Amino acid sequence: MLGVTDLKKSFVSPDGERVTIVNVPSFTLAAGEQVALRGESGSGKTTFLNLIAGILAADAGRVTIDGAEMTALSEPHRDQLRAAKLGYIFQSFNLLQGYTVLENVVLGMSFGPRGADRAHARKMLERVGLAHRLDHFPGQLSSGQQQRVAVARALVNRPKLVLADEPTGNLDHKHAHESLELIGEVCKEHDAALLLVSHNEETLAHFKKGRDFKELNRAGTP
Amino acid sequence: MTLPLIIYRSLRQHALSTVITAGSIALACGLLMCVWMVKTQSQTAFTQTTTGFDAVLGPRGSKLQIVLNAIFHLEASPGNLAYADYEMIKRHPAVKTAIPIAVGDNVRGYRLVGTLPELFAGVEYSRGKTYHVQPDGKIFRADQREALVGAFAAERLGLKVGSTFRPFHGLAFDPKNEHAESYVVTGLLEQTNTPADRVIWIPLRGLQTMSGHDPKAATDVSAVLLQLRAPSAGFMLDTMINKQGNKLTFAYPVGAIIAELFSKISWFDQVLALVAYLVALVAAGSVLASIYNSMSARGRDLAILRALGARRRTIFGAVLAEAACIGALGAVAGFAIYFGLFVGVARVVRVQTGVVLDLSARHPVLWICPVAMIGLCALGGIVPALKAYRTPVAESLAPVS
Repeated sequence: MLGVTDLKKSFVSPDGERVTIVNVPSFTLAAGEQVALRGESGSGKTTFLNLIAGILAADAGRVTIDGAEMTALSEPHRDQLRAAKLGYIFQSFNLLQGYTVLENVVLGMSFGPRGADRAHARKMLERVGLAHRLDHFPGQLSSGQQQRVAVARALVNRPKLVLADEPTGNLDHKHAHESLELIGEVCKEHDAALLLVSHNEETLAHFKKGRDFKELNRAGTP
Repeated sequence: MTLPLIIYRSLRQHALSTVITAGSIALACGLLMCVWMVKTQSQTAFTQTTTGFDAVLGPRGSKLQIVLNAIFHLEASPGNLAYADYEMIKRHPAVKTAIPIAVGDNVRGYRLVGTLPELFAGVEYSRGKTYHVQPDGKIFRADQREALVGAFAAERLGLKVGSTFRPFHGLAFDPKNEHAESYVVTGLLEQTNTPADRVIWIPLRGLQTMSGHDPKAATDVSAVLLQLRAPSAGFMLDTMINKQGNKLTFAYPVGAIIAELFSKISWFDQVLALVAYLVALVAAGSVLASIYNSMSARGRDLAILRALGARRRTIFGAVLAEAACIGALGAVAGFAIYFGLFVGVARVVRVQTGVVLDLSARHPVLWICPVAMIGLCALGGIVPALKAYRTPVAESLAPVS
């Protein structure tokens, strides 16, 4: 499903020095597989996910998603691939505050090949227990409810791969647990592979398969 | 559905700036359309208003002043004509109809014009239209102190059939200059939408012999309204009276003389149009500034849309379309401003001149202006759209773990 080979990304620091953030020689994820990556803050986990999602262009290396080589595509094609095959759950949910819950989820599928399907978006919100909050705005919801909207938006387009970046970072213990259950279940139902990154041990303990991002990422290693 | 949703939500999120910017565009659009329409309508209305006469014979002086005085009932009369001059032109074979008028008095600011009852018995003030007296009224008799009142003057002065009034000396109302004679209203004219609506018509003899007027001028007239048998007669009389004579002025053709006035004041139209163009440019600039200034606040939303798969060109198009939508909202509201302004201006023009400007008249400016405004706003949206196009996705989706 997901294949990463010799993926590299560096940035120029404020003092002009080029700093390599990501250097991952190899990483794979099978269809339907759920893997948690452990990593400390600032370790390059988000950059790694952004490179996989095609939000950032890699300096070198390959990322393949469901047979398509993301890193070889032009930006518009990367956007297309992301819209068609990826779901992304952000740490701060990144919901559009001026849009209703339903509109946020509809936008999750609007740029993909299936286009906007309000009925399906409604079903997705019913699945995450928010059928009664369709016309609410994110600011009117609790953190846990916002997280569920983010989950619904990431999965509404039936993605092959879901990326989750510290998805419980803004939730309390109870809500974090519920949220992880939900993400895991919904990914399973949709047969989507899940790659979750977190620094939180409780979150990581939730998954059978876990890996340390430090082991994957050779950035900073001589 | 996606693009309209993005545009709608963005406009809603920035409702205050949207309303203010659309308001400034509405003002620009409304002003532009109003300036243009009032200009073209008044030019058409004034040059086509001849009250059915081809020419005016007046004392030696300005043709424009004679036409304004005799046809539009504006301006003072440049002087008088001897009754013999009226009889001379009346008998001329090239002249079909000659109606003398005398001015110099008013009723509370509305002009009193002395003339012959024949003016209201068959003379066409416009093609196929003759004066009609409202039911229960009749035309004044030439030897009685009777009056026929124009529709607008009657409404403003509250005059009805049977009402009486005393004229005031001069063209401007001064309560101290009241004449001794009392006139009775015998009829009200149906509305003609011409300057005649603002006039109170009395017998020629009545005005000539009003108490306090110079007895030596008791047979003089202010001007003679003329219908000619053929257009060529006008040029012949022009040569005879204006070029070969030195006593009278033959103002012909009436429309061309008024058109000359408009050409003399065309610089004023140009200044007004320039102001309107500048307002339009400022409005387009305000669209640019309004959207551009909100771009930093929108950066995160745009990055989220990009992360969801929206292409750069989709984001660019959404911002551009949003600018065009603000322009469209402004253009629609501009029609309300245009109608309001036009109605106000038309009322003033009617009160001052009796000429009616037609609100329902169509002109290409009524679609060119809104379309151009939408185009200008879309142009104003290019710079913020480019900024949106360049929004860095990863950097805008903080925080980073």
